[in-house]
Amino acid sequence: MIPLSWYLVLSALLFSIGLFGVLARRNAVAILLGIELMLNAVNINLASFWRYGNPAQMGGQVFAIVVFAVAAAEVAVGLALIISIYRRRKTVLAEEIDLMKW
Amino acid sequence: MATETLIWLIPLPPVLAFFLIVLFANKNKALSHTLGVGAAGLSWLASMVVFVRALSVEHLGEHPFHASVNWLPTGETWFKIGVLIDPLGAATLFFVAWTIFMIFLYSVGYHNFGQPKGDHDRPGLPPHGATVTDAHGHKHTIPSVEPMYSRFFAFLGLFAFGMYTLVVSDNLLTLFVGWEIMGLCSYLLIGFWYGKPSARNAAIKAFMTTRVGDVFMLLGIVFLYSVTGTLSFREIFTNEELMHALGTTATPVLGLSAAGLIGLLLFIGTVGKSAQWPLHVWLPDAMEGPTPVSAMIHAATMVSAGVYAVIRMFPLLSLDPATMSIVAFIGAFTALFAATIAVAQNDIKRVLAYSTISQLGYMIAALGIGAYVAAAFHLITHAFFKALLFLGSGSVIHGMEHGVLHTGNHHVDPQDMFNMGGLRKKMPITFWTFLIGGFALAGFPVVTAGFWSKDEILADAFAHGHLAVFITLAVAAFLTAFYTMRQITLTFLGEPRTEEAKHAQETPWTMTVPLIVLSVFAVTYGWVGIPEHFPLLGGLVPNWFHEFVGSTLAEHPEAVPFSPVPLLTSLGVALGGLLLGWLVYRNVKSPAEDKLQLPVLKNKWYFDEAYDFLFVKPAYWIAETLVYKWMDKGVLDGILHFIAHITGVIGAAIRNYIDLRVINETIGDGTANTVKWMGFNLRPVQTGRIQQYMLASFVVLIVVGAVLYYFLVMA
Repeated sequence: MIPLSWYLVLSALLFSIGLFGVLARRNAVAILLGIELMLNAVNINLASFWRYGNPAQMGGQVFAIVVFAVAAAEVAVGLALIISIYRRRKTVLAEEIDLMKW
Repeated sequence: MATETLIWLIPLPPVLAFFLIVLFANKNKALSHTLGVGAAGLSWLASMVVFVRALSVEHLGEHPFHASVNWLPTGETWFKIGVLIDPLGAATLFFVAWTIFMIFLYSVGYHNFGQPKGDHDRPGLPPHGATVTDAHGHKHTIPSVEPMYSRFFAFLGLFAFGMYTLVVSDNLLTLFVGWEIMGLCSYLLIGFWYGKPSARNAAIKAFMTTRVGDVFMLLGIVFLYSVTGTLSFREIFTNEELMHALGTTATPVLGLSAAGLIGLLLFIGTVGKSAQWPLHVWLPDAMEGPTPVSAMIHAATMVSAGVYAVIRMFPLLSLDPATMSIVAFIGAFTALFAATIAVAQNDIKRVLAYSTISQLGYMIAALGIGAYVAAAFHLITHAFFKALLFLGSGSVIHGMEHGVLHTGNHHVDPQDMFNMGGLRKKMPITFWTFLIGGFALAGFPVVTAGFWSKDEILADAFAHGHLAVFITLAVAAFLTAFYTMRQITLTFLGEPRTEEAKHAQETPWTMTVPLIVLSVFAVTYGWVGIPEHFPLLGGLVPNWFHEFVGSTLAEHPEAVPFSPVPLLTSLGVALGGLLLGWLVYRNVKSPAEDKLQLPVLKNKWYFDEAYDFLFVKPAYWIAETLVYKWMDKGVLDGILHFIAHITGVIGAAIRNYIDLRVINETIGDGTANTVKWMGFNLRPVQTGRIQQYMLASFVVLIVVGAVLYYFLVMA
């Protein structure tokens, strides 16, 4: 059986890629994608700790489903915002959305 | 009623009348004069009762009517005030009561009571006359009633109160109080017609000049009190030890003894009050007041009060021969000096004013040579005939004003004797009474009172070897007779010189009755003082006055032995002066024909000008230039302006260097600037780029995580 650490390493890598995406990408859609990656890295952690912990307890799976729901809602709202901004400003670049900047 | 109680009450009615008139009766002329004359009458009655009782007392000099009450506590003893009627006081009270009562009565007529209101009379100015239409439709101008009639009687009442207080006082302090009340009243009454600038100035002049004397008198009183501890006449004069000590204690002033210095200071008060040289200047100007006031001030009361005060203090004065010499000199000099001025005056009242000064000088000179009784005698006879003359001159002026109103020519001065003449036919009662008064003043032999009193002074001066005083007074007496006859000739004799004099009219009974009463005294009062050794007449009537008043002193003065020299002198100067006056002036028609109108006499020896130059101008200079311009404007305002300037500078400095710099710029603006600067410089941190924020958060997370890990796990 594959040890837990492998999953955790995979999860950490996935999280780091997501984090990098969030921090480094200029495109708001790409930042949103990075967030998705980080959320899913968390899901891997949740599923792994459930499986390698006490499978009788359903908390890990339940939490993963909650994260799905949150991710779906977040994507829905986030994309709607991005589309709305794009319609007004003709851009999706994060640094150009500076309406409230000094 | 006990005599002492009665004496206490004598001064009260006039002062009550004063308050009643001022408070309640000042709108009602008839009530005002009823109160005034009634009060004077009550005082007169009380005075007469006291006088008659005083006559019946044996040795009144040793046992006078005397009562006193404790007034002010002075440590263990009391300062007492009280009343005293000794022979001198009784004699003074007699003439004061008569003259005051007569003057009150006379004032009713003088101020035209019963006449209509003037057409355009104003308070503060003499009445100008009223126009009336008679039954035939003719218009006449007749005298109009004085607008401030009630006020006059109120002041007169207060004046009478002052005089009575002075006469009945047993001590110098209440005497001084009465003295000052009269000073105030003379100011008020001289300035009675305050609408006239001349009257205002005269009032101020009289007040200021007498004030000079009063200050010295007060000094004398204070000195006397500090030395003796009492101001009561009898306590001082009957204490032989004290008198001896006063007479021998030396003072640093002029080498006088204490008695001499006190006497001199008190005498200076008299010099002011009785208008002696060099403080005589106020009295002639005081003629600006209504004529009853002139009679009141210059005959009956105020000037007499001055002489009365020195006669009172005679025992003290006589202790020092040096003071007596000064008194004799001033008196004799004033007598002659004022007589020379009177010769050249044309105003009927001014002649009398100078003659008053001259006659007062006579009394003072008499005192100075020790003729105590003669001085008192002349004081009383003079009071009668001078009151008579003043009231007579008022009557003349009144008659002349009638003429002026008749012709309507208001440029004619009703007081100028050269506008008169021939008035004896128009005003017979005034003429005869004035003649009696004038002859008494001139010392017409034997029948008039003035002769006996003057003769006594001259006899005293001769008998005691004061030849200089004797000659001076004899010359003064000659001039007196001369100017009196000049006055009578110009006023009454000859023919009227103006239309106004032709239409002069005799005055009403309220004015002529006092004249008649006073003329009776001007004749008969001399008979009570005929010297025993006088040829033919001596001894017919006892020399009552000498015995009576002389007994006031501890050592009764001896009657002077008879000598023909002073008698012949006084006969000669009186008759010679009268005759010469008539001869010179019977044909004089105008001032230009009057050879004696010398500028120096006309201008009163330039004393007014000299005082103006010496005192008035410097006083103005001190007030205006020194005090106002230099001290006040220059120094004081300079200091104030300097302080103000310094304050301004300090204020500006605080504003510029502390308020603006420190408070505003550093603290106020500085705080704002710092905040602004920090905001400006911290602004770049907030880039608005979400990734940078996240990066920062991530870095912080790592760092905090590392730190926590280090402290929590590794430790």
